[in-house]
Amino acid sequence: MSEPGPVETLDARGLLCPMPVIKAQDRIAGLRPGTVLEVWATDPGTLADVPAWCRVHGHEVLETAQADHEIRIRIKVN
Amino acid sequence: MTEPIKAVALISGGLDSMLAAKVVMDQGVHVEGINFFTGFCVEGHTHAIRARKGSAPKRNNALWVAEQLGIKLHIIDVIEEYKKVLLSPKHGYGQHLNPCLDCKIFMVRKALAWGFMAEHGFDFIVTGEVIGQRPKSQRKATMPVIAKESGADDRLLRPLCAQNLPPTLPEREGWVDRDALFGFQGRNRKPQIELAQRLGFTEWAQPAGGCCFLTDAQYSRKLTDLWAAQGSKDYELDDIMLLKVGRHIRPAPHFKLIVSREEGENRYLEGYRKRFLNLRPISHLGPLCLVDGHPEPADLELAARVVARYSQGREAAAVTVAAEDPNGERRELTVPPLAPAELPSAWHV
Repeated sequence: MSEPGPVETLDARGLLCPMPVIKAQDRIAGLRPGTVLEVWATDPGTLADVPAWCRVHGHEVLETAQADHEIRIRIKVN
Repeated sequence: MTEPIKAVALISGGLDSMLAAKVVMDQGVHVEGINFFTGFCVEGHTHAIRARKGSAPKRNNALWVAEQLGIKLHIIDVIEEYKKVLLSPKHGYGQHLNPCLDCKIFMVRKALAWGFMAEHGFDFIVTGEVIGQRPKSQRKATMPVIAKESGADDRLLRPLCAQNLPPTLPEREGWVDRDALFGFQGRNRKPQIELAQRLGFTEWAQPAGGCCFLTDAQYSRKLTDLWAAQGSKDYELDDIMLLKVGRHIRPAPHFKLIVSREEGENRYLEGYRKRFLNLRPISHLGPLCLVDGHPEPADLELAARVVARYSQGREAAAVTVAAEDPNGERRELTVPPLAPAELPSAWHV
């Protein structure tokens, strides 16, 4: 397994879907392949929508985590 | 090697746009989806806000469709640009505040602008429109209006009803075979359902009444009330989001109460506590309430009585309610809950 690239973060807390997806999409458009983007969110819909968006665009979800109302999704840009 | 012909398909998440994209894909065209977020989309927001315990998480239907089709989906934020469409629609509103024809023209124009950017290089636009499907925007007479005013002209292909319309560029150029397109018309959904089954789909979203809050009578009433109260037809995203949440009660023209109805809404309104005077019962369990507008000090007691009426202390002699302004200044009021008869139905927006 290749080493993960640089890690970027996106704070989408307080936004409701689809805004976290849109923010992630726009951010990823400017990232190099191999970069890891960590999305912070609070809308539970993000747990379904961001991975779905990643699947249709060919990016890899490395990890999703939820604690209290905080969600973190790590995406490897392909 | 020749570049494949590329089409960008407007994907709403419903059946028609899914079929339209699939029909074109099956002719060997490379299709990608585009979906616009206006702020009024039923998708996502209310599902997230009103998530009930134990309920399955709601999916984004446009993304789900893209996955079924195996295509990319680009979701575009058009909240700001959409204001012009809603606030002054050239072709007017439908039954409520739905500017459907202007909305469709806007979306096709946006899809065109996005798809025809040099780095994207799409050749034509696909929509799931069907003549006669919608009384305002999907009529025989409106089809050329959408094509012309969007600027797409004959680069706009409606695969489900193409055979009822003049041949478009993709048909004339042989990028798609007109004979393999369809001539659906009217409100009957049977042809679409049969086609879906023939194409192997076993599931699709049924957004009855559409996927837009502007087709909803109650939502449109709240938006009209908002404009009347602020004295101008304008809005910010937060305004239109808050119209989706809670009971809206306007005891007087200068202030309105937004009272949460359940835990999800409570949590959502929490995010606005620092921006609004807000009330919450403390002697009993009960809803969070935001006070929108410019209430007089004397209005606070009435607001507290309304909050008490929706708390678990509604039958109690008195309920203590904490009121906190955006500066964090806090006071407590002990009030008798408003009796149902004291809450005129006209106050409910």
